[in-house]
Amino acid sequence: MVKITRRAALAGLAGTVAMPAYLRDASAQAQTELSFWTWRQEDRTQYATLFGEFTQANPSIKIAFQGFEPQNYGSALSTALAAGRGPDVIHIRAYGGTEQFAKAGYLTPLTRANVPEIGNLPAAALGSVSMRSDKQVYAVPFASQTLGLFVNREIFTRLNLKVPETWAELMATCNTIKQTGGGIFPIANGMATAWMVEVFTSIFTSSWHGREFVADMLAGKATFEDPRYVEALGKLLELREHMPTGFAGVDYATAQQLFMSGRAAMFAGGSFEIANFRRQNPKLAMEFHAPPSRTAGAPRLVSLFYDGGYAVNSKSEKAAAALQLVRHMATPAFGTRFSALLGNVSPINGVTITDPMLARVTELNTSASDYIMAVHFRFQEPTGSNLLQGGIQRLMSGQATPAQLAAEITKGIATYHEPFRRG
Amino acid sequence: MTWSRGLWIAALLAPAVLIVSLFVLVPLASAFVFSFYSWNGLARGAWSGLANFNTVLFVEPFASWTRNAFTHNVTVFIAVMIAQNGTAFLIAWLLLKALPGHRIHQVAIFLPVILSSIIIGAMWKLFLNPIFGLVNQSLIALGLGEWAQPWLGQSSTALGALVLVNTWHWLGFPALVFLAGMQRISSDVIEAARLDGATDGQLLRRVIWPLVAPATTVVVVLTFIGSFNWFEMPYVMTGLDGSPAGATDVLGLYFYRTAFGNVTSGLQDFGLGSALAVLMFLFIGIVAGFGALYLRSREVRE
Repeated sequence: MVKITRRAALAGLAGTVAMPAYLRDASAQAQTELSFWTWRQEDRTQYATLFGEFTQANPSIKIAFQGFEPQNYGSALSTALAAGRGPDVIHIRAYGGTEQFAKAGYLTPLTRANVPEIGNLPAAALGSVSMRSDKQVYAVPFASQTLGLFVNREIFTRLNLKVPETWAELMATCNTIKQTGGGIFPIANGMATAWMVEVFTSIFTSSWHGREFVADMLAGKATFEDPRYVEALGKLLELREHMPTGFAGVDYATAQQLFMSGRAAMFAGGSFEIANFRRQNPKLAMEFHAPPSRTAGAPRLVSLFYDGGYAVNSKSEKAAAALQLVRHMATPAFGTRFSALLGNVSPINGVTITDPMLARVTELNTSASDYIMAVHFRFQEPTGSNLLQGGIQRLMSGQATPAQLAAEITKGIATYHEPFRRG
Repeated sequence: MTWSRGLWIAALLAPAVLIVSLFVLVPLASAFVFSFYSWNGLARGAWSGLANFNTVLFVEPFASWTRNAFTHNVTVFIAVMIAQNGTAFLIAWLLLKALPGHRIHQVAIFLPVILSSIIIGAMWKLFLNPIFGLVNQSLIALGLGEWAQPWLGQSSTALGALVLVNTWHWLGFPALVFLAGMQRISSDVIEAARLDGATDGQLLRRVIWPLVAPATTVVVVLTFIGSFNWFEMPYVMTGLDGSPAGATDVLGLYFYRTAFGNVTSGLQDFGLGSALAVLMFLFIGIVAGFGALYLRSREVRE
């Protein structure tokens, strides 16, 4: 009895081993398996589809997806790369996130010679994954993110409200919601999650300080102590009475819940929420708008930044296949599929975006200001983000004035940024 | 004879020594080496001597971040000593008295200790939520609505809330250590004191407290190390930034943020991170060492 079973088991085992070998032969050529690492572990199924489509067109290349917890991705990746390992194709974060890996020589430079398709990308997108010193590109940008104002359409219709176009209208709308909304909070955001504080700040200050301030600052003609920026910071204080009870302790997840469950009418957030909100509450009737302008007729500016890109490990033994994949990921065809599947805006020129909400986001991108700290001051410690996030928490709890905060940020950045040291 | 005995001992110790060197000594040594180099992005650059140490200790804003985190560790140590270990001592005393139901209480007090800090942190973060949280909801239900606070969002309450949660989590451990220490005291001694007319208070102060000195040594040293290596609870409850505005920042978070980067605000710097790790190791090692020596001598004296 035992003998027969064992023989049967062996036969079965032999069968399972033989099957893939047979199939492999059928696919004509030797398979190259590329590894791909990302912090977007929740996108596993969508990437499986995207990579499946690539493999269908390029049967010799298969891709193994590995997702990491976002907070630990950087440390996992840097330790692997330092040990001379790591994936063949790397999902990499933009700006300082790219630069620190590129500086260390871990990434293959992408040029028009090895990846001609980078010509499909706008300069600002390529800038987000380049070194500032030599402008060399190190990755194919994958998504742009837009920060703006989410509105709960149902609440706005029920209370007969118009989407606020100016700051004064925003204040009036908030007051109406407070008076007639039956306990609905006008704005869902809180202050307990530091990075979300920066998002919030950018959304409500951009239209106040304007694009000229950013240009002046980058040209070395202004610092964060510029009256335009200080005034913008001061405006944030007016929002406090329209935020949830105990907003100082309201974290990102709570704010999302408040908005998704209809307990708050507006949510200042990024376009990356769209897919997430839809997944969690398919019935939510939401709209995405540019934040209000300072006065009627003045520009309403969303904040724009790039998320990161796909890079090739300079130590990869499968560089040719990896470059082939990255080239594919820079084509409009991939961008179109990417946007359709993942609900994010692909920055590649010639991409078709069918989703009406995403199409609206790309429309808003034409009137955008930089997401200042991430785009310009996240390359050296103390980063602008570091200084701003904690600073705004203190500002909103009354422990610092706008002028003090502006001075602190300027002083912190001045430790490595020459133009801020003058004057 | 002794030679082969030595060989035996060596053979038996070898696996443990190997594991300890591989996973403890080598990383320690490499952190030590890393701290003397400058880092270019993520690659090791040139030898920079004590520059990293100088930066974390004396260059702004790093110096004030270090000071801020260190001060919080000290505060946490003192607060935990009083809130957690003080309560634990009294609870151990009550358990020793074997009042009715003491066995159930003994288990109940120890129960949270076996849960992971991550679970407890996440759970208490929900309890302390300013809108949905159990704590504020209860206060409102009791008509104490004006006491409801965004506990984790205010610099005045955030660290205190973390210490209380930590106390809730760990209370059972020092209580058990103290209880074991008290149970070791010979009943003759206690009875003799009672016959001499000692009250509960006198008995605690004059007899039990000196005689549980070995337990106190263990508790104080472990609390010290735990307070200065504190990480999980603030990480889960207030985030890597030590929100709000660094009010819950401790050396553990600060080290992690510096060495491994905070994706939403900062960059990685192994050099500064390693320098911090070395300083923490030296500080904890030296103070815990001397502290233990002092506490040991106290055990003998009393």
